[in-house]
Amino acid sequence: MTTSESTLTDSGVQAQAGRRPGRPDGAHQEDLSITRKRAGLRTRLRRDKSLVLMTLPAIALLLVFAYIPMLGNVVAFQDYSPFIGIPDSPFVGLDNFTRVLGDQGFWLAVTNTLVITAFQLVFFFPVPIVLALLLNSLLSPALRSTIQAIVYLPHFFSWVLVVSVFQQVLGGAGLLSQSLRAHGWQAMDIMTNPDTFLFLITSQAIWKDAGWGIIVFLAALSAVDQEQYEAAAVDGANRWRRMWHVTLPALRSVVILLLILRLGDALSVGFEQLILQRDAVGAQASEVLDTFVYYTGVRNGDWGYAAAAGLIKGLVSLALILGANKLAHLFGESGVYSKS
Amino acid sequence: MSTITKPAATVSAALRRNKSSRPAWEEEPHPAAKIGKAAVLIMVVVAVLGPLYSIVLTSLSSQATITSAGGMVIVPGEISLDAYSQILNGGVVTRAVLVSVGVTVVGTLLSMVVSVLCAYGLSRPGSFAHTPLLFTLLLTMFFSAGMIPAFLLVSGLGLINTYWALILPSAISVFNIIILRGFFMGIDRGILDSARIDGASEWRILSQIVLPMSKAVTAVIALFYGVGYWNAFFNAVLYINDSAMNPLQVVLRSYVLQGVMIPGQIAVGQGAAPSLALQMAVLVVAVMPILMVYPLLQKHFTKGVMIGAVKG
Repeated sequence: MTTSESTLTDSGVQAQAGRRPGRPDGAHQEDLSITRKRAGLRTRLRRDKSLVLMTLPAIALLLVFAYIPMLGNVVAFQDYSPFIGIPDSPFVGLDNFTRVLGDQGFWLAVTNTLVITAFQLVFFFPVPIVLALLLNSLLSPALRSTIQAIVYLPHFFSWVLVVSVFQQVLGGAGLLSQSLRAHGWQAMDIMTNPDTFLFLITSQAIWKDAGWGIIVFLAALSAVDQEQYEAAAVDGANRWRRMWHVTLPALRSVVILLLILRLGDALSVGFEQLILQRDAVGAQASEVLDTFVYYTGVRNGDWGYAAAAGLIKGLVSLALILGANKLAHLFGESGVYSKS
Repeated sequence: MSTITKPAATVSAALRRNKSSRPAWEEEPHPAAKIGKAAVLIMVVVAVLGPLYSIVLTSLSSQATITSAGGMVIVPGEISLDAYSQILNGGVVTRAVLVSVGVTVVGTLLSMVVSVLCAYGLSRPGSFAHTPLLFTLLLTMFFSAGMIPAFLLVSGLGLINTYWALILPSAISVFNIIILRGFFMGIDRGILDSARIDGASEWRILSQIVLPMSKAVTAVIALFYGVGYWNAFFNAVLYINDSAMNPLQVVLRSYVLQGVMIPGQIAVGQGAAPSLALQMAVLVVAVMPILMVYPLLQKHFTKGVMIGAVKG
């Protein structure tokens, strides 16, 4: 038994080794794959029962907190009341959906969401790339890692903290207004101005996450063979031509992948960030899909209606993710979920 | 450029190019370009650290200093710890700190145990039910049920106004499990197989071989979970109605963003700290744990994130 068991366990290695053909023991693993195919379900269960057992707590948590709520979306088709409960609430067919789709508030939320996504794609997305190029050009490794450590830091701050920090700098009583007043000018409160709200939330997003975003680009840059630069330099390519012909092509696939991921995530725009500032700037500028669901559902108790709006968002997002992945394949990239 | 060449050993991350002086073929940049680059980098650093500096300084300033500065303090004046002794004196903020610490510690422990077990259980393709189990995990990354059903579930389970509502719904992140799994899959099979031949159980292999080999990545994932719990704000808004149970982030919002008076703040007179200093002290308390663990883990997380990105 011991022998067969260890052989069977070894066979699990085969898939692993298959990913790395260069392994010296690859040929040995090849023989064992036959054993794996022969192993019956029951044998494999007996062999792997502790592995399966290990996954169960996580699977149980997901079933309860991710899958049961998926079924809970049935309230989107009901005139749900928390006092009656899901089993007894009357079904109303697609009423909630037709109401949502005819609601100006919903379309305002959709418009705001898409405008914010588009705006941040143009003004936020390139920032980490530029920062990464800048850092990559630094000669001193110590300086580079110090600056990296500083710019990563705000990624670990909560949105409450980030918005508070911005209030202390740009708010009516913040540093900016303070120095304006000190020089005899009118103070200004950027935090409550709906006209500049897009700029405000984009700069908050940049402050918090642009630094963190450079990790991926720095990794891609460090993978570039330095001899390519040298060869290009010897051939007479100046700094800019080297960047154009060596550096940027190295970033291409990362950029495409991240753009596609962002596209799949287009309907989610900083929920906590927006809900924290909704009171200050008003719903007209700050209502997005997630805040719309929260206010109509949890706040106003129109559960079925809010669930319908949330379900529309979830389904459209799913379609966007699948579409985005298709797009990745079209671009010749591996996409987000082709393997594992 | 007279840069001192450092020994290769000090350059830790493989992500970094091992270059500390300009290669011979690279031309010296224009002085203006150098100045421009330095200016941008200084601006970036000041934009991150400047506000934090002013917030910490204001929290430590006396009323006289704050008044003469007209609000936020930039130039150090009279230093006072009144604000901290007042908020950490057993009031609302102290309780909120304790709630946040408790939720963060218990939550991170739970998350780590569940995630490490799951990641190891899924680290061997071809094992029993490997594909359906992995699929169950990954599917949740594509479709999320939404806020309303999640809220109805938590209230249906009777978790409203319990600390479990702040832990269980967000206890596992599939992304973190995938990072851990990617790392576990990269561990040399030879070592694990020889332990298995020697009769070690999977539990023993995980605790005595795999985990000691994965200290950096588990530390990073624990940091991700811990920061997540510490920073979580909206789940408390949804699930906690009892203000005595509010975590620090919610208290921070009501005091700093919504301008709610901090109890004791109205009692002007001897020993009363200025209200702006109090607000800033709450901010500092909220950011302090992150600043404390950050340097310990900073050198690891680039590696951790990249392992996930490459292998995931």
